[in-house]
Amino acid sequence: MTLDELQEIAEQEKEEQKGIQHRINVSVAAGCLSLHSDLVLKGLQTLVHERGMEGTCKVKGVGCMGLCAAGPLMRCEPQHTYYGSVPADRPEVLAAIVDNLDGKPVPEFALSPDVPFFAKQQRIVLENCGEIDPERIEDYIAVDGYQALLNCVANRTRDDVVQELIKSGLRGRGGGGYPTGLKWSMVAKAKGEQKYVICNADEGDPGAFMDRSVLESDPHRVLEGMAIAAYAVGADKGYIYCRAEYPLAVKRLKIAIRQAEKMGLLGKRIGESDFSFDVEVRLGAGAFVCGEETALIASVEGKRGVPRPRPPYPAYSGLNHSPTLLNNVETYANVAPILRKGGDWFASIGTAKSKGTKVFALVGDVNNTGLIEVPMGISLRDLVYTLGGGIPGNRNFKAVQTGGPSGGCIPEQYLDMPVDYESLASVGSIMGSGGMIIMDDSACMVDVAKFFMDFMRDESCGKCVPCRVGTTQLYGLLERISDGNGRMEDLENLERLGSMVQRTALCGLGQNAPNPVTSTLAYFRDEYVKHITDKTCPQNKCACSKTPAASAAGK
Amino acid sequence: MQAYPASVPLPSSDKRWKLVEATMRRYGHKASSLIEVLHTVQESFGYLDEVSLRFVASSLRLPLSTVFGVATYYHFFSLKPPGEHTCVVCMGTGCYVKGAGNLMKAIEEVAHVGAGETTPDGKVSVVAARCIGACSLSPAVIFDGEVFPKVQPSTVKDQLRRWMGHDAG
Repeated sequence: MTLDELQEIAEQEKEEQKGIQHRINVSVAAGCLSLHSDLVLKGLQTLVHERGMEGTCKVKGVGCMGLCAAGPLMRCEPQHTYYGSVPADRPEVLAAIVDNLDGKPVPEFALSPDVPFFAKQQRIVLENCGEIDPERIEDYIAVDGYQALLNCVANRTRDDVVQELIKSGLRGRGGGGYPTGLKWSMVAKAKGEQKYVICNADEGDPGAFMDRSVLESDPHRVLEGMAIAAYAVGADKGYIYCRAEYPLAVKRLKIAIRQAEKMGLLGKRIGESDFSFDVEVRLGAGAFVCGEETALIASVEGKRGVPRPRPPYPAYSGLNHSPTLLNNVETYANVAPILRKGGDWFASIGTAKSKGTKVFALVGDVNNTGLIEVPMGISLRDLVYTLGGGIPGNRNFKAVQTGGPSGGCIPEQYLDMPVDYESLASVGSIMGSGGMIIMDDSACMVDVAKFFMDFMRDESCGKCVPCRVGTTQLYGLLERISDGNGRMEDLENLERLGSMVQRTALCGLGQNAPNPVTSTLAYFRDEYVKHITDKTCPQNKCACSKTPAASAAGK
Repeated sequence: MQAYPASVPLPSSDKRWKLVEATMRRYGHKASSLIEVLHTVQESFGYLDEVSLRFVASSLRLPLSTVFGVATYYHFFSLKPPGEHTCVVCMGTGCYVKGAGNLMKAIEEVAHVGAGETTPDGKVSVVAARCIGACSLSPAVIFDGEVFPKVQPSTVKDQLRRWMGHDAG
């Protein structure tokens, strides 16, 4: 397929959509599906069919709209009316929605599009999520999909594409924040007949689900980004390493790959050029350390996912000892818009050192749980209170945990800090993949640290001693404190051991493993001390609680 | 390297071995397909037993120790047969903050088994998941493949009692 042919399909698709007066988009991403949005979709389709409105009203399943707290979600166009918590088992509500497409929205379930949760977002990665049918390639083409790829292949040199990426200032969205353009140019310059492009879709951080949402809602966007990357670095084979825990994402990816191959947008001689690119999905098997690049590559090779020392970096010697480019889902999802609108446009968004937008998952003790995309540099306070809608049940904010198990807990005094790679690092946390777990004042920070250390000691691959033994010893110390048997010197030992593991572990997992302990010790030391001196948990969460019944009931 | 011909005989006439064989053929019996093949075995049989590990090892021409190493390294693979029903409790951070620990306690009270165990009557397997990505609906539990959002301890107890036939008699 050539660029002209692609544009023709896009025009045709847009023309067809113009004829339709009303559009009802129902979210069929995993979150809403578990709240039975498939039944809502079916119910609405039946209603439209019964009323003979098929010519003027189109009901379709789309990806994630973000506000998971109010699922199942749907939106009526052109009015732009959101409906939340739509009950699948109440046909009269569905009928009222269909009958009032032109009139006033059904008050009980309508959400205003002007609420800060929607209005304050700036969507680049998620721009098609909730707009297009993820299982129809034509929908993606109609929103200028695959244009950037075919334009690159036909009109731009490889170096030109890499330069555009460098100009954009895009940094890796998987956590490390390494400049993407630089990584691309390293792989492009590396010597080797065979090169590979890999997409890290092994979203292991508990509390993060942005990649799952992108894969379920807009899989073609990721494929297009990977294909452009392959063109730029000179690779012809790609792998998407996806969690087996995300069956819907895997299914939609496989559908998308098949569709793109059929249209000549993947596979041999893309855009009738000499460039060929094949993509395969590889399933992860539940090892957190496989988010680390060398471990991920070992897993794609069918081996135990164990990291190895670097150098050599995968850019020079990765999969099958060939130069390999590895980026995560969100990074690839940024590529097509950058090439369509230019690196300068992207660089105009965000802060001096962190460009563009970032998708965050708001979870835990916050009213508007869900996915949001905001420009880099927004304050934590805005995220928690303006977009997140504050803390439920009139409780007070205590801490926000960023960066998954490798991140740290940030206390209230830093709420006005801008969210970017450097600021988060300066308070002992990391950007990570973008999970934000908000905790109210009922949380016990010793218990939180223990939870993360339990996770890390379980996920340590066991290859290097600092991580294997260190995480277990850290957990032991925390357990002693939470059981009410702690001693004051345990706190110093936690700090000393934590810093030793940070300095000496082999890979990023080990080096960051003590972060939840060191950050809670730095900001909530008095809570640790209370566990030791009073032998009781002030929040009634730990085993040493005075009233164990209360701790069992929880909240 | 020449792909190894599929000359290893199937362990039994069970039709599910054909699915396993098909996956191996799709990847040309390459060693790099090991994880994909183990996924197919687990999907077809519910778990990985010694027969299947030996079969996969000889078919892919890998040492049994390598296959066993991979099968035990990854959390997703199970070497024990699952119960009739499965209850997966998400223990991701979002769910933990929202009280997933209490769900686990509720399960232990009713079924007297913990994460990674199956009730002695083989009715229910309890699994603790890393994170199922349903963080905004936390705490989440998967009952027999279906995700249930914002689960209360009483909901888990009721479901387990139904499965274990406590309220039938």
